[in-house]
Formats: sequence, structure tokens, C-alpha cells
Amino acid sequence: MQRIGVFICWCGSNIAATVDVKKVAETIKAEPGVVYSENYQYMCSENGQQLIKNAIKEHNLTAIVVGACSPRMHEATFRKAAEAAGLNPYMVEIANIREHCSWIHKDMDEATEKAVVLVRTAIAKVKLNAPLMSGESPVVKRALVIGGGIAGIQAALDIADAGFEVDIVEKNATIGGRMAQLDKTFPTLDCSACILTPKMVDCAQHEKIDILSYSEVEEVKGFVGNFNVKIRRKARYVDETKCTGCKICMEKCPSKKGLNDFNMGLNTRPAIYIPFAQAIPNVAVIDPEQCIKMKTGKCGICQKFCGVGAIDYTQKDEFIDRQYGAIVVATGFKPIALDNFNEYGYADNKDVITSLELERLMNAAGPSDGVLVRPSDGKHPKVITFIQCVGSRDTSGCGKPYCSKICCMYTAKHAMLIREKYPDTEVHVFYIDVRTPGKNYDEFYRRAAEQYGVDYIKGMVGKVYNVNGKLMVQGSNLIDNEQITIESDLVVLATAIEPEPSVRKIATLLTASIDTNNFLTESHAKLRPVESPTAGVYLAGVCQGPKDIPETVSQASACAAKVIGLLVKDKLKTNACVATPDEMMCNGCSQCANVCAYGAITYVEKEFRLGGGKTEVRRVVSVNPAVCQGCGACTVTCPSGAMDLKGFSSKQIMSEVEAICKM
Amino acid sequence: MKICYYPGCTLKTKAKELDRTARLAAAALGVEMEEIENWQCCGAVYPMGTDEIATKLSAVRALDYAKHNGGKLLTLCSACHNVIKRTNEDMKSNADIAFRANNYLKLEETYAGETEVIHYLEMLKNEVGFDNIKKAVVNPLNRKIGAYYGCLLLRPSGIMAFDNPENPTIIEDFIRALGGTPVVYPFRNECCGAYVSLKNSELPKKKSEKILASAKEKGAEEVITACPLCLYNLQVNGGDILPVKYFTELLAEALGVKA
Repeated sequence: MQRIGVFICWCGSNIAATVDVKKVAETIKAEPGVVYSENYQYMCSENGQQLIKNAIKEHNLTAIVVGACSPRMHEATFRKAAEAAGLNPYMVEIANIREHCSWIHKDMDEATEKAVVLVRTAIAKVKLNAPLMSGESPVVKRALVIGGGIAGIQAALDIADAGFEVDIVEKNATIGGRMAQLDKTFPTLDCSACILTPKMVDCAQHEKIDILSYSEVEEVKGFVGNFNVKIRRKARYVDETKCTGCKICMEKCPSKKGLNDFNMGLNTRPAIYIPFAQAIPNVAVIDPEQCIKMKTGKCGICQKFCGVGAIDYTQKDEFIDRQYGAIVVATGFKPIALDNFNEYGYADNKDVITSLELERLMNAAGPSDGVLVRPSDGKHPKVITFIQCVGSRDTSGCGKPYCSKICCMYTAKHAMLIREKYPDTEVHVFYIDVRTPGKNYDEFYRRAAEQYGVDYIKGMVGKVYNVNGKLMVQGSNLIDNEQITIESDLVVLATAIEPEPSVRKIATLLTASIDTNNFLTESHAKLRPVESPTAGVYLAGVCQGPKDIPETVSQASACAAKVIGLLVKDKLKTNACVATPDEMMCNGCSQCANVCAYGAITYVEKEFRLGGGKTEVRRVVSVNPAVCQGCGACTVTCPSGAMDLKGFSSKQIMSEVEAICKM
Repeated sequence: MKICYYPGCTLKTKAKELDRTARLAAAALGVEMEEIENWQCCGAVYPMGTDEIATKLSAVRALDYAKHNGGKLLTLCSACHNVIKRTNEDMKSNADIAFRANNYLKLEETYAGETEVIHYLEMLKNEVGFDNIKKAVVNPLNRKIGAYYGCLLLRPSGIMAFDNPENPTIIEDFIRALGGTPVVYPFRNECCGAYVSLKNSELPKKKSEKILASAKEKGAEEVITACPLCLYNLQVNGGDILPVKYFTELLAEALGVKA
């Protein structure tokens, strides 16, 4: 018979305001098996934990029940306290009388009654608890970074600098991501390429970093410390080991009409191309949809001119399998499509552009060599109107409900740079609110408005229409309370950003949760902001929520710290609550192996004694406790009831149900 | 298909052509529009005052009649549609208005917004189907037509749920079904000037001319609308830039029943 101690927590007023904690502790004293029952203001505090430890020792307790908050919050705390007092940590059960009781009820009598039931239920279970021991699993000392933008680059460099191997898997032909497309960066206006490309080179030269560009993650198996990942290396039709990046193929390629994605489609590129001058790896790639040779079989000019024989039109996608201890997701963002915002005339007017397109138009390496010109006629625009919150903070359903966070700052940057470089240009900015918190951020915006004479107009734009080549921007000026129309030469839309769509597939592969806006969910919004709820998976950059470069870099370094903390361990404690089969009851049907998401179940041929000296060889289940995550899918699937879960046995669960039904 | 129909006052006076052609076209499409008994003025703009209850009663009466006669109420005039649909929403979601209106009306059964209010265009799109209309067309329009939405069908968009208020497409789809070429122009959802024309025609003149000039500039040969007041402003204050017709006139023409 267990000697059970019960500890009821007030959680300040969180529980005590709705549940009569003293009454619960008093009522429970009468339960068979309970030899000690106490209540305390903050059971998780040092004093509270001491109270538990003392009681375990003084009353020779063999099991304890803590009536407190969710086990997700403090189960580990109380297990640790019990262990310190000499108890097996799995002899602790939590009755959740906060989230499941006090927080959701108003009536004190009802809530108290329910709290008693919940504690009784936990007692019923703990009576059947048995001491459990955690196993150990080795840690593969290599990290995978998915996405090679600034987030992935920073995380990879930090992890590699600590001495661990890192692979960067980047779906595009080069690393660099969105930051490589930017002209200047706020609030200090350094040139984006000047601060990014050295880091790209560092990645390429780092002996611990392997860049798998033009590659995608296809399959992920395993668990923290032991992920098995299948990576698709997409055919680039150019041998990466041979290409020297001389670009002669780009010059000679006769098919030059492909839209240049890197320049946001503002100009064209050949069918064989290197995305931009500082690309890493500096290796060409062929667009098979555009390549004449690959479409018609005739051409092959690039192959003729390539001095090193790197062109291979027959290349196929290849798959490689690698093992990792930890995974960083850094898949980044894209501007939203503007199909739902015809009122801004983006589709109908070449001179209505997005902010990212403007970055390319202002970039010295962009389609206009850094000279700001109108896409329609190549003339210098004299009046430029910016529209903020295009698709951000949108409750109509056409855009995104969230604030994209970066637009106020980059619009101030654009406006300032234009006024600086072309002082004869009139610049207007329509805004809902200007949101510029951050070190030196508000000062930056005020400089745009006050020193650079940018005309900030509070109000939204209703429509943009073209009259004889002039873009008429009709909007409201809420401060002057009037409707205004600004005759503009160029209109720039501060387009909302959204997670790169491929993140959905990656989230599914990693069983990492994702919110309604496709942002990956962090484990705790405040206290575990870079960890995914899936152990061993970490989040960096916009895939987790809108953020600018400084924040992205901070988060990436934080991820790296977490990954390093994991990879320095030689072994990880595994979950003690694993599936355990009764071989005598197993009929070898394999249904459990089919439902196991972690590949923890295999079958073995085993010899059994039948009595009378006879033996029989049967095919029976075998669980790898290092791989089992204790999800319980196999236990409910097994038709013969041969599978049980340690710590959550069918008997324990049935006794809990009985305890509730006794009411 | 039979459906309760609420014409409204304007359709019996200034906008007879809207009513007449709508009925002819509906008959040709196999829709029986049953004018509800003893309908009264929808209340025009007045039911939008939240503290006034009497002006909402006639709309609720019509809605309650439809509730017991098929559950749907067909409207045609944009203003009536706006007033009735918004009053219906109040009966559904504003407990105070619903309570007071029901107290006044002393209906056999409390009215709580059960009726579905549908505009003639929605009936064409969802009940008849533009594909079926396309099949029924005998005189394809073969000309460039600008759709003029005005405000009342689209806003407030949450309640009207008619179409995207910034980028509507339903009338363009309608024009396409009739064999015409829709002309999309930026001012198709701008206000015509509305009732301001009673006091001062300068403002509606400015607005209406801008709308028609914009449609003409994009190549429209004529403009269609569902609203009698919009039609008035565009015709009287629009500077004769383009001919303006009711959408039902074109429908009847395309179906060969205009006479």
C-alpha cells in the first residue's frame, strides 16, 4: 500500500480565489492511502518545495499528488523536488486544479467539489505508479539549418564556430535570402550586400559548414539528437564541382527572356544564370523551362563554350540521407501577392511597384544600376507616393491581420534615401500609424519627417488610377479631415510579408506546429521564444513572426546557443514513459508498427517455451525505448491489448476513470 | 421558382423601367416574382438611426411576411436592399432593436432575422446561375459596358456581404454572361453624390462626371447600375458623357423580352 502525500497549491489567488483549497486538503485526508495532506500559497516556490521534501522524509511517503497548475508548467519542478527527497520522480502525479478548474469556473462550491474529484483521480492513478528509469540516447553532433538567408547564415556560423558540423539546406541556387536583395539597411543605412556577403563567404569557407544549395528537405525521421533527414539535391544541370563561375555561359545563352527573380522580375536573365554577382556558391544553374536545349533538344551553346565541361543536361535530382542532432528552421518570408488589392492598380500600372521592387531599383547592382527611374518610361519620377499597410493590419480578409513590423522603418528609409539622392523629388507617405519602436528607430523616422521633408499623411488610400500617364492617388487626410488626390509619377506599396509558403511542408515533416498565418509556433511566447514545441527543432527569423534584420540575427544566435547546448551533450535522457509490450499476448499483427510515427517498433522472431520441453518460434513486437516518444498510439491500436505505456498504463487510466465516475 | 419580391416606392414611380424589365427577365428565366402584400416604404435612409424604432417597422413587416412565405425576400432597388438587409441584421444581432421592434409589431411569432434578403443580382448569380443566363441569351450584347456599383450594394461590406467592396466583380460577370465586354474603371464603386443633389447639385455633378469620364476613358460605351438614385445622378448630373441604364434593361434586351 502506498503512503501518499497530497499538496494543494493556492497559486496565490489563481486557485484559492475560486477553489476552497483548505477544504480540499481537509477532505482528501480521509482518502484511503493518504497519510498527509497540506495546502500552501505557492507550492512551486522554494519554501513550497521544501515543504514537500520534508513531508516525504518525515512521513515516509512513497508517492505524492500535487494539486496545482498544468503539468506542462511544473511537473518537472515537483519531480525534481521529490527526487531530491529520495523518491523516484515518476511517483509524482499532478492534479490540474488551475487550468482545468479554478480558471474556468466561477462558483466556489462547484469548483471546490471538482478540485476534490481531480485530486482523487490523481490519487487513484498514483496508487498504481511504479518507479521508472529514463534511458539514454546518443546525440549526433551535427546540425541542420533549413534556409540560407541571414537567419540561417548567422545560426550556422555560430554553431560552426563552436566546433560543430552544420549543413545549410537552401532551396534557391544561392544563399543570401531576402537580405541579399536589399539596398541599404535601417537604421544605420549600411549597404546590405556589404555586411551580408562577407558572412556568405565565411559560410562557404568554414570547414564545419556544408552548403547544400538548390536543395530541399524531403523527409524527416527520428527525434531530438537523432534526426534522419532525406535531402533532395535538385538538378541544376551544371556540375557544382566543376563550374568556376566564369559566366561565359550567361553571355552566350541565346534564351535571354527569363524573368530575373532576384530583381523581382524587373528585368530578364538568360536560361543559364548565376542569380547575382556575389552568389554563394558561385555556380550557374539552368532553368529547364526556359532552356532551348532542354525543351527542343537543339542548342547546347553553353556546353560548347564551357571551358571546364560543367554543363550536364541529363542531370537528375539526387537524394542524400544525413543524421542531425538538432534542426534550425529559418525559411524566411515573401511579400504577399497583390491580387486582392486591385484598387492600388498594381497589375495595371508598371509604375505602381512594391517596396522590394524599389529596393532593386535603388540598388547599384539592380536593373537600373541604382538610378531611380520609372519602370514604364525610364524617366526620373518627380513625385513619389508611398502607401503603407498594403495588406497588413487588414481585417477585411483580403490581407493579413497582423502588422508586418518592418514596413514603417523601410518606408522611412526609402523616403529619406530618395530625398537625399534626388532633392527635387516630392515624397508623400500614407500611413495608418507609424510604428517605430527600437533603438534609434523613432529618431530615424523623425529624421525622415523633420529633416528630409518627407510628407507624412495620416490616412488610407482608396484607389490609384492612371490619367494620361499620371498616377492619381486618392486617399484621405484624417488630420485635415479631407479627401485628397496626389498626382504621382511612382507609387510604392509597402506590401505585407508572409512566411515563405514552403514552410507548411517543412512544418509537417518536423511535426512543428504552425499558426493560422503560417508562422511557426514557438514553445512559449515569452520564455521559450526560439524553441519549437517539437524537441530539437529551433526557429529563427520571419518563419516565427515578422521581424527585421537585427532581431532576426539575435534570434538566430539564440537558436545557435540552444543548438550548441544540445550538441555538447554526449547523451540525452530519454523519456521513461515508453511503450512496453507483453510478448505473450502479442499476435504479431504489425498494426502497432504501422501507426508508430517514430519508427520505434520492429518485430523479432523469438523462441517460446510451451511446456513439456516443447518450444515454438513466434514473431513478436519489440519497442526501441530510445526512439519511443510515449505518444500511446500503439497501445490503443493493439487489438489484443498486448501494448501498454509505462506511467500511463491502461490500468492506471481505467482507475482514473473509475475515480471520476464514483462521484 | 417562386420568390417574395419587395419593389419599393421608387420602382412604382421614377424607376418603373427597373421594375418592369426585371419582371420580364425573371419570367423568361423561370423565376416567379411574387410582390408581397401591403408592403410599405422600406423607410429609406431613416432606419439607420439606432435610437428610432418606428421607421424600422415596415422593413421588419416585409421581412416577417417573407419568413412565412418561402424564407427569402428579393429586392431590386439598391437603397431598399441596403435598408432591409441592415434592418434584418439588427433584428438578428441587436437585442435592443429586436426587442423594441417585436414589441411594437406584436407578431404571432417573434421575428429574429430569419429571412434571407437577396438582391436581384445575387438571385441571378446564385439561384439562376450566370451560366444558365448565358445559355438563355438570344441577343448577345457585343458592346463595351461599364458596371457602376455605387455604395449601397457594397457597404457596409460586413453586413451586405455582396462582393469585395474595393474590387467587386459580380456585375462584370453579369455583363459577360450577356455577351457584353465589361469595362473595369477605377470609379465604379465611388459615390455618385447621392441625396446631396436635393440641396446642391454641384457636388453630385463633380462626382458623377468623374465616374462617367473614367468609364468612357477606359472604353465603355454605356454604364449600367442597379440604383435609381445613382441612375438619376449619372443621367442628370453626369454631363451626358455616356448613356446610363438599369442592368435589368440589358438583361431583358439580351433575353429578347424587352419589347
